Amino acid sequence: MIPAAFDYKRASSAAEAISLVGQYGDEAKFLAGGHSLIPLMKLRLAQPAMLIDIGRIKDLSYIKDGGDFIAIGALTRHMDVEKSALVLKEVPLLAHAAGYVGDAQVRHRGTIGGSLAHADSASDLPATTLALGATYVVQGPKGERLMAAADFYKGFLESALQPDEMLTEIRVPKMNGAKWGFEKFNRRAQDWAIVGVAAWRSKDASGVALVNMGSTPILATSVSAALKSGASVADAAQLASNEAEPQDDLNASSEYRVHLAKVLVRRALEKASA
Amino acid sequence: MKVSITVNGTRQEKDVEPRTLLVHFLRDRLQLTGTNIGCDTSSCGACTIHLDGEAVKSCTMLAAQADGGKVTTIEGLSKDGVMHPMQQAFMENHGLQCGYCTPGMVMASIGLLKENPNPTEEEVRLGLEGNLCRCTGYHNIVKSVLAAAKK
Ligand SMILES: Cc1cc2nc3c(=O)[nH]c(=O)nc-3n(C[C@H](O)[C@H](O)[C@H](O)COP(=O)(O)OP(=O)(O)OC[C@H]3O[C@@H](n4cnc5c(N)ncnc54)[C@H](O)[C@@H]3O)c2cc1C
Ligand code: FES
Ligand code: FES
Repeated sequence: MIPAAFDYKRASSAAEAISLVGQYGDEAKFLAGGHSLIPLMKLRLAQPAMLIDIGRIKDLSYIKDGGDFIAIGALTRHMDVEKSALVLKEVPLLAHAAGYVGDAQVRHRGTIGGSLAHADSASDLPATTLALGATYVVQGPKGERLMAAADFYKGFLESALQPDEMLTEIRVPKMNGAKWGFEKFNRRAQDWAIVGVAAWRSKDASGVALVNMGSTPILATSVSAALKSGASVADAAQLASNEAEPQDDLNASSEYRVHLAKVLVRRALEKASA
Repeated sequence: MKVSITVNGTRQEKDVEPRTLLVHFLRDRLQLTGTNIGCDTSSCGACTIHLDGEAVKSCTMLAAQADGGKVTTIEGLSKDGVMHPMQQAFMENHGLQCGYCTPGMVMASIGLLKENPNPTEEEVRLGLEGNLCRCTGYHNIVKSVLAAAKK
């Protein structure tokens, strides 16, 4: 399968990429790792007339200590997040989740920024960064703005990004030793989750987010509220789908998804409370 | 557009359409048909090659994205007529049946050992999750990789 014809330009900085997209308008799309976009283009579900390749913007591929948070450049590949000593130490939940994205070949190419910007509720990293209370740095023609992960996801494959805005950095609060659990239920290796859960818990707080339980990643706030008011893990997990609107698809009915969410939230929280 | 890609040690400069997939560049432009296309939907790993030393699926990349890079395909593994130790291990351990998945399996396995020289059986199975064998010969594939790791 061959994508429809398009023009191709390679950007060497975020500013150049943003100005190029501005020049070509709605017809243009950023290309990062290409591991969501190219499959869609091969199926002709996406037919951009212009691809702006941002995959080689070297100064957007980094992992740094930002004090209270770890700053990750949007073009950092999944494999680099998974293996980073800094991420493993300060946000182990994110390193673990990055290691469960697709397979090794996918993780060599796919980027964290591409995964978040694609805004697929079935993807692992949108929910994981949501659970961790991450902040996204967005750059546009008028400058930079910060956006909480909780405000970023608007609908099915829809984010708050404007077409001429680029995700440049992801800031993930350090976990400060909080325990965590990550559960991904799928039927074949390398697949997306049928339902997934990313959760962490400290003495007086917690964060729980769900993969593939609606058109966006879902923050399970009822579960965290119940834990805070002293509920047991088993009881809190019963509230797993309160905020969710799971859909039926070929893999699972919405009813089954609700069941999975409760079981997986319980398992994740048991690990986070051990 | 012009791309310049070093394939198995030889620099290749070609004019391509931007939409040319790397796997088509290798197979159709360079006649390196050892790299197979299985699923064409990023799932099976038959098209796995190395780009700058890392295993990637060449059906899910544009040739343009490999511009300036170094590609190794299955054809580039043997040296002076002697097979790569991984190829040898596949042969000795019956790591192939029909052989369709084999080029991708070998490339992915070499990549795996580069990142984890001494894997457990479990780690080999997990490390090769992006490669499917339609003949379901996984048992001997895993055996081959473990044998190659010992060499
Ligand atoms: C076989 C396979 C299995 C997979 N399995 C999983 C899985 O189990 N879990 C999972 O979470 N994901 C999975 N993925 C998806 C993978 O995570 C992709 O890498 C990721 O979704 C997209 O990242 P990318 O860099 O490849 O983005 P691209 O495909 O290049 O881009 C995706 C979209 O985001 C836009 N974009 C990219 N970067 C930016 C940016 N910095 N700013 C603004 N917009 C941007 C692009 O214009 C495009 O619309 C899988 C993919 C494949 C091929
Ligand atoms: S042909 Fe590329 S992954 Fe199957
Ligand atoms: S040997 Fe036949 S597909 Fe693997």
